[in-house]
Amino acid sequence: MDDAKLKRMRRFRAGDATFRGLTFGAATLVLLLLGGVIISLIHGSIPALSTYGLGFLTSQSWNPVTEKFGALAPIYGTVVTSIIALLVAVPVGIGIAIFLTELCPPWLKRPIGVAIELLAGIPSIIYGIWGLFVFAPFFQTNIQPFLISVFEPIPVLNSLFAGPPYGIGVLTAGFILAIMVLPFITSITRDVFDTVPPVLKEATYGLGCTTSEVVTKVVLPYTRVGVIGGIMLGLGRALGETMAVTFVIGNAHKISASIMAPGTTISASIANEFTEAVGDLYTSSLIALGLILFVITFIVLAAARLLLLRMNVKAGN
Amino acid sequence: MKLKNIVLAAGLFATTIGLGAAQAADISGAGATFPYPVYAKWADSYKKETGIGMNYQSIGSGGGIKQIKAKTVTFGASDAPLKPEELAKAGLVQFPTVIGGVVPIINVPGLKPGELVLDGQTLADIFQGKIAKWNDEAIKKLNPSLTLPDTAIAVVRRSDGSGTSFVFTTYLSQVSKSWADEIGAASAVEWPVGLGAKGNEGVAANVGQTQGSIGYVEYAFAAQNGMSYAKLVNKDGQTVAPDAANFAAAAANVDWANAPGYYVLLTNEPGATSWPITAATFILVYAKPDNAADVAEALKFFNWAYDKGDKMAEELHYIPLPDAVVANIKATWAKEILGADGKPVFAAN
Repeated sequence: MDDAKLKRMRRFRAGDATFRGLTFGAATLVLLLLGGVIISLIHGSIPALSTYGLGFLTSQSWNPVTEKFGALAPIYGTVVTSIIALLVAVPVGIGIAIFLTELCPPWLKRPIGVAIELLAGIPSIIYGIWGLFVFAPFFQTNIQPFLISVFEPIPVLNSLFAGPPYGIGVLTAGFILAIMVLPFITSITRDVFDTVPPVLKEATYGLGCTTSEVVTKVVLPYTRVGVIGGIMLGLGRALGETMAVTFVIGNAHKISASIMAPGTTISASIANEFTEAVGDLYTSSLIALGLILFVITFIVLAAARLLLLRMNVKAGN
Repeated sequence: MKLKNIVLAAGLFATTIGLGAAQAADISGAGATFPYPVYAKWADSYKKETGIGMNYQSIGSGGGIKQIKAKTVTFGASDAPLKPEELAKAGLVQFPTVIGGVVPIINVPGLKPGELVLDGQTLADIFQGKIAKWNDEAIKKLNPSLTLPDTAIAVVRRSDGSGTSFVFTTYLSQVSKSWADEIGAASAVEWPVGLGAKGNEGVAANVGQTQGSIGYVEYAFAAQNGMSYAKLVNKDGQTVAPDAANFAAAAANVDWANAPGYYVLLTNEPGATSWPITAATFILVYAKPDNAADVAEALKFFNWAYDKGDKMAEELHYIPLPDAVVANIKATWAKEILGADGKPVFAAN
């Protein structure tokens, strides 16, 4: 090997090492940032957690005057609004995706696709204002009295759909969240549906299967990892969404039997109260709420991983 | 290069970029949302006259107290006054700027503004959930001539911590023993019932669109939006409407001169025409400021506002302070806000 060639080789190797170093640095930066966030959250919530202990998780009281704080109501609100959002958005989102990839006439594909992407681009504060001034009054005058009267004779459900029609509450927040997470679920599901090899579908049709059979027996099993990924992304957004929820949930630190009653979520509580949280214990309790949200998100992601793992085992991989 | 120097340099750099052509630095302040409209209007006129602007962030009273304690602003603003001992501990001086009123707003079909009369105890019971229907005996007794609907009362209150809530709950604590014992007064409390809405605008919007609801907002806000309001029975047993004259009446009897740190609550004041939920809003500055020049600029601004801002305040439904109180405040500045040389940082006229 002559000198020039050797030199060039060395230069390439050095370039590779630098590249490797840069990308490694970028990757470790994420870990460092995440670690920093966790440490500062834990540090900030120590006063609250050492004062209230585990009772912080199980207490419903939120009293700034006597400085008695508990996280149960916001935890409940966060989880319930997210569940409502997914119950509405997952079937609709997957439905739209199936329609777009399997059944939609080509000329309609683009308009619907663009509309969904626009829906994802609307800032959350706009959803909040729209929810407060348009959706909540509509819900209050048209849907809420109807729901109350329909469920009144049914035992358990009548307490679930009860109360004075405020228009604002846990259910309204759930609906707004559903609209907000819908584009995430839809566009990801649509994209993964597009990755199903056409030969697979054609073969299934060749066996005489109907469209619904192709979707349920071929498309969905083939893309389940991606679909669950999309749902998890939507769930992540629903758990952490702040402004839109603050506008329409009613901000009451209370767990009510009725899902139409006002409630609160972790992020809404923090957004509402942080600037006015005088006193260290108050501030610390809010930071502790943030830590809890972090943990909830972690648990959800871990559960999703576990679910995928078990599905893979079942599928024989 | 020490970290402090780097921060300082960065700060200087940012200041130079940010202000560009302005000759003097803007006055910086943060706090209460209630006086924001009048502060903004004052600042606008002041800038036209002097070229010096004011950067006021209306982040809420608690936020104002936090920011001044962290020394990130030249002055803090709060609707809830600090107690004299708190002021002494933090080394702060406090003085009031304007007076305003908090008004119960209602949305009951068939009731015109000012038709409904409530007293303090009834109002407290409504917000505590003890009175849940509009045709409750207690409300009927106060309004024998009205036909009240048999509908549930939807209570709307602030969700964010707020000086307005502080004033409102302070009043309820004064007039209702059960409120004082079970809930208390603060900028955020554990509300037993109702819906929390963000900001004055949130409360007004929710009351506006929910039939059978009651809420409370700053008077300036109710007046601008033409909200339907309730009259109140004051300490002297008189029924009064929320208006500028009645807020002024509540403020007139107060002995500001003998209140250390101007710590005075104007709620539930005696007097035949006193509106019972009246409040002043306050400014906080350091008694021995690190940067005397900045504080001097801020005091110069408020001095100007006291002298020339009354009409602007009245246009926005605020009540200017009585002249004697203003003179007293200016004397307080000269006596208590001192530079490193022990002289007043700003000599008022």
